[in-house]
Amino acid sequence: MERRSKETLNALFFFGLLLLFVFQFALGPDRERLAGTLPGLLWLGFILSGLLGLGRTFVAERENDCWEGLLLAPGDKSAIYVGKLAGNLLLMLIIEAILLALFGFFFNLDLAGVLPGLAVVIALGTVALAAVGTLFAAMTAQVRARELLFPVLLLPVEAPVLLATVKATEAVLLGETLGSVAHWLKLLAAADVVYVAVGVLTFDFVLEA
Amino acid sequence: MKRLLGFLTVLGLAAGLVMGFGVAPREATQGNVQRIMYLHVPSVWVGYLAFVVVLVASIVYLARRSEAADRLAHASAEVGVLFTGLTIATGSIWGKPTWGTWWTWDARLTSVSILFVMYLGYLLLRGMIDDRERGARFAAVLGIVAAFNIPLVHFSVLWWRTLHQPPTLMAPGPAPVPGIIKAALYVNFVAFTLLYGYFLTRRVRVLRLEAEAEA
Repeated sequence: MERRSKETLNALFFFGLLLLFVFQFALGPDRERLAGTLPGLLWLGFILSGLLGLGRTFVAERENDCWEGLLLAPGDKSAIYVGKLAGNLLLMLIIEAILLALFGFFFNLDLAGVLPGLAVVIALGTVALAAVGTLFAAMTAQVRARELLFPVLLLPVEAPVLLATVKATEAVLLGETLGSVAHWLKLLAAADVVYVAVGVLTFDFVLEA
Repeated sequence: MKRLLGFLTVLGLAAGLVMGFGVAPREATQGNVQRIMYLHVPSVWVGYLAFVVVLVASIVYLARRSEAADRLAHASAEVGVLFTGLTIATGSIWGKPTWGTWWTWDARLTSVSILFVMYLGYLLLRGMIDDRERGARFAAVLGIVAAFNIPLVHFSVLWWRTLHQPPTLMAPGPAPVPGIIKAALYVNFVAFTLLYGYFLTRRVRVLRLEAEAEA
């Protein structure tokens, strides 16, 4: 398990680096244009690497025939959900921290001043992404064409989260206070509460024998 | 009963057409294009209604495991996707002469299209799971997540489009609408709701027969 998650982390790190290259190639070297699209690119990077990372949530159980073990686990299945969610959160936050540092390096950003505000936005957004992602990963783990179905289900559901995080990130990068984007933060907090609550309440039905 | 619903639907749609094309006056600024509203607005109402039915039926399914509730959710999602698609299509047709473009990232257009893809995903998930019982369970979970997402989508898109630019065409607050146009709209609301009920009952019946044939 330990080695496997390290493998995933390494691959995701590499993937994030490649994404940065692709963004740069697609948009050209014009710095001003890049600066305008930066919040969107940043979250595009987060969600693309998140899709890959989250989609692998139950890969170990499936490949090692431990799925039955999950189904037969005694007691409340929501504990499994919370555990998987915590793991995914950790994984995504590490990836996001690395990606953020890479963005700062390649696009010559001064992140030190805006870091506290940015951290709040990223934390709120990541909980929402991981909460739905973990639930959907369990649903698609045993389905045909899961690599395809997982993003197709997740992306539309996460649309409000993406809008909120991109807008809030944009404001924070422009040096505005968190108070000026309070409505977006409230929306993200509401999304976090709703998604985690629905996940905890419905996970029992997903992992039913 | 089913025949009665069918007749009532046909009657309602005919009355809606007469009201929309005959009785209601030509709108002064937009001209005849405005008449597409009599299709467009009831369609989006049916879409939302259908998705609320999906939510209720999904919760009932998870609580009681009744296959009837699952079929209801399935049928309602299909009809809902159909009518949201209709909403987007009629909106585009109206937008071309009025706004000069088929598509714009207007707040309502965007949120309806997000709903459209969300429930398309729901139908996709249903289609991809062979095991009937598991498909029903997963679809019910997704139906609940998607329904709770509707208000989040609504507010995020509204703020996204209107926060940094003043609302232009679709200013909030009801514009003064003449009574006769309102009446024509109401007739079409009733007709489309009947149509929804008719489609729903027919689709549920087909799903039940399919299940029986398989058993």
